[in-house]
Amino acid sequence: MKKYGMVIDTIKCVGCSACVVACKTENEVPEGLHRDWVVEEVSGKFPNLFMEIRTERCNHCSDAPCVSACPTGASHQKEGSNIVKVTPNKCTGCKACVASCPYNARFIMPEGYASKCTFCDHRIDEGKGPACASVCPTEAITFGDLNNPLSKVSRLLRARKHKALIPEAGTNPNIFYLT
Amino acid sequence: MKKNLSRRSFIKITGAGTAGVIAAGSISKLSGTKKVVKGKSGSKVEITPTYCEMCTFKCAGWVYKKDGKPWKIKGNDTDHHSNGRMCTKGSAGMGTYTDPDRLKKPLIRTEERGKQVFKEVSWDEAFTYIAEKMQNLKKSYGPECMALLSHGAGGSFFKQFIKGFGSKNIAAPSYGNCRGPREEAYMLTYGEAIGSPERTDMSNSKCIVLLGSHIGENSHSSQVRDFSTAIANGAEVITVDPRFSTAASKSKFWLPIKPGTDMALLLAWINVIIGEEIYDKKFIKDNTVGFEQLKEHVKKYTPEWAYTETTIKPEIIRETARLMAKNGSKTLLHPGRFTVWYGDDTQRVRAGAIINALLGNWGQKGAFFNPQKAKVAKYPHAEYPKQNKEMPIKYELANLALASGICDATIPSIKDGCSFKGWIVYGTNLIKTFPDRKNTLKAIQNLDLLVVVDILPTEITGWADVVLPECSYLERYDELRVSKGKKAQIALRMPAFEPLYDSKPAWWMAKGLAKKMGLEKYMPWKNIEEYLDYRLKKSGTSLEEMKKAGVKTVKTDEPIFYSKGEQIEFDTESGKVELFSSVLEEAGFDPIPKYKRHEQPEEGSFRLITGRSPMHSFSRSVNNPILTQLMPENEVWVNSVVAKEWDIKHGQYIKLKNQDNIVSTKVRVKVTERIRHDAVYMVHGFGTEQKKMRRAYMKGASDSLLSTKVLYDDIMGGTGFRGNFVTFVI
Repeated sequence: MKKYGMVIDTIKCVGCSACVVACKTENEVPEGLHRDWVVEEVSGKFPNLFMEIRTERCNHCSDAPCVSACPTGASHQKEGSNIVKVTPNKCTGCKACVASCPYNARFIMPEGYASKCTFCDHRIDEGKGPACASVCPTEAITFGDLNNPLSKVSRLLRARKHKALIPEAGTNPNIFYLT
Repeated sequence: MKKNLSRRSFIKITGAGTAGVIAAGSISKLSGTKKVVKGKSGSKVEITPTYCEMCTFKCAGWVYKKDGKPWKIKGNDTDHHSNGRMCTKGSAGMGTYTDPDRLKKPLIRTEERGKQVFKEVSWDEAFTYIAEKMQNLKKSYGPECMALLSHGAGGSFFKQFIKGFGSKNIAAPSYGNCRGPREEAYMLTYGEAIGSPERTDMSNSKCIVLLGSHIGENSHSSQVRDFSTAIANGAEVITVDPRFSTAASKSKFWLPIKPGTDMALLLAWINVIIGEEIYDKKFIKDNTVGFEQLKEHVKKYTPEWAYTETTIKPEIIRETARLMAKNGSKTLLHPGRFTVWYGDDTQRVRAGAIINALLGNWGQKGAFFNPQKAKVAKYPHAEYPKQNKEMPIKYELANLALASGICDATIPSIKDGCSFKGWIVYGTNLIKTFPDRKNTLKAIQNLDLLVVVDILPTEITGWADVVLPECSYLERYDELRVSKGKKAQIALRMPAFEPLYDSKPAWWMAKGLAKKMGLEKYMPWKNIEEYLDYRLKKSGTSLEEMKKAGVKTVKTDEPIFYSKGEQIEFDTESGKVELFSSVLEEAGFDPIPKYKRHEQPEEGSFRLITGRSPMHSFSRSVNNPILTQLMPENEVWVNSVVAKEWDIKHGQYIKLKNQDNIVSTKVRVKVTERIRHDAVYMVHGFGTEQKKMRRAYMKGASDSLLSTKVLYDDIMGGTGFRGNFVTFVI
């Protein structure tokens, strides 16, 4: 069983959004929609400020609420892994998954089915990582198998301070942010 | 003085570097091949090499087609500009090709200028029209009355054409409107310019000092990576900026300086570093001139004095100066890129260059390296005719022609020298590039011929007599990229697609015009493949090899760093780093930078600061179908306290009015803690009034429109933009 995850270094990320464009072109995401996005979180008052910049997407949660919310089984976890996918011809576009996702990672395609980040599983099959990770100019995005203790993602999580987003939602997200 | 810093010596110096020759048989490993592969779903994937034209950094990459249709662009792993990773804009390059608003046919104006009434013509008609006009202008005024204003790779072919015609009046707006002061300051101090990509070794820096230079928002791929690598490795960053930029958010020290007072801070830093004797004494002794004068000169510029100017506390000035000195030659005070701010810009950059000298970091790991460049043979051609008349020289120390100089010399009121009658404008939207639009339009109205070559109907095309539609960089061969860096490399751009509509590549247009005017001997090559192949074969490779590799690394013998403590021969008048510049003194300028107080905004008005976003390359990309999805418009940043006083809400649309009562188009407000109370900020390039660019039309506001006051650099003529003040129109 693979547990694919991402470790994103907020110290390195400059918020350039190259990841957003690489995803859009790689996956031919329609105009106005996107599977990943960039957040700038500012705290403090001038001139004592702090800003965290990070790129966000589907967390491919181990306990994915979008999968259990799906009435038709269109939302599912790919066999042998935690990668959450949608089978378009099984999807009725009811949006139960969109509502259940704490990360707001899903959207409805013009054709009427739900869509979101797939961790570029078609590229994983070819031995490459997700497009966003491959383009990142600062190499802030690391992708790999969290179940493998020797993988770079596992090593980074052991070595560095990190957090997940909205852990209280209890979905066991698989994207971690180095802070 | 002039003969020591002539235009020729500039070209020699910047072109010299440590040139390498491709050794026979040293064919480097191929980074990939032009290949056709079967995709997973049985789709056909084709890959062709290119280098990017979304900005001027020219990253090399691969264009992917799926079943003949545009798919994506990826970086070339061997390329030192991209390291295999294209930035946001580079990844969105396909939008340049697919943009439905592209120019489609050659156009000739039929009504008065600016009304945008054109007739579609054939290429032959367009060339005939231009050729007749140019021949007439040559007869009446001499060939020197034609000028070329150029930005981008294809401009090289128009250069060949206009030189063959008999004019050497060629200017790139990027000199006077952007990097010029930086290059001149380093030329004056070290005898060498910085160049692009910058010769900075940031990835190994222990301390990086940025003044208004927003790396991160400026997303030049390898530079951003070097910056992030340094931070990840624990480098301490000092960012001086009235705005809490992305870089500031990564910094140990953010110094929210009062705009216009950077020179005071720099001089106070020098005061501390010399006063506390924490400079590199050996480097200063062995490699510089004028230290004693400098020491005397900066005595009065104490941190306490600088506090009153900059609002930066004296203890912070001392602490940051000590941090720089502690890291010595592993500290880099970054020379910046867009440096035309207040009119004393060459002097300000020079003050930074002097600090770098005090740190002894020239040619040192973690600061500056000696760039390597490949030698590539020229294609032989007939000698260009001699130019009889020179363009008027207002700035004797400027090493390159000023685009604004051509603009000014087009207006007949300038009495001396030649007055320009015709412009060829290649790939630069001068309406947005130049500040002071009224002046630009006045010059244009005095032209007898304005030819504009562009991909999109940018604002400048609306004023043209002839518009020539160029195909995008993904549809053409182009000049080779021979760039400098830690490695000497050559990169090829070749077409991934046939040109859409009736658009053509620059080389085809320039050669077509040359043929029409009987100037073929200056461009004697048969076609572009033959031109490129000749040059590449003479240089140890071939077009065939480059088609497969995209990028070729050339071996060079020179070391990229000096050893510590080495005595260096500098290409300045004294052969040393000139802390005190006798060249400047002789020309009547301050030999050591002095503080000059700049005008500050009155109550209720704010200094207009501009910059760039990683999602756009100024007005060049504002209509890009992919990038407009990420950032459709610019915003004006307003400090939260100021917004409260004015009752302006986040997201509200307002207009800005400048000191000359020029009012902008409406622009959305970003209420933020991230900027000082006395300045507002916006990203440059937006607010187009060109209806034909449908995605960009009236989106955001134009800072160029609001920049009616220009602060000219008195040394090299750079056009300082930062002397404009705005207030809110709600």
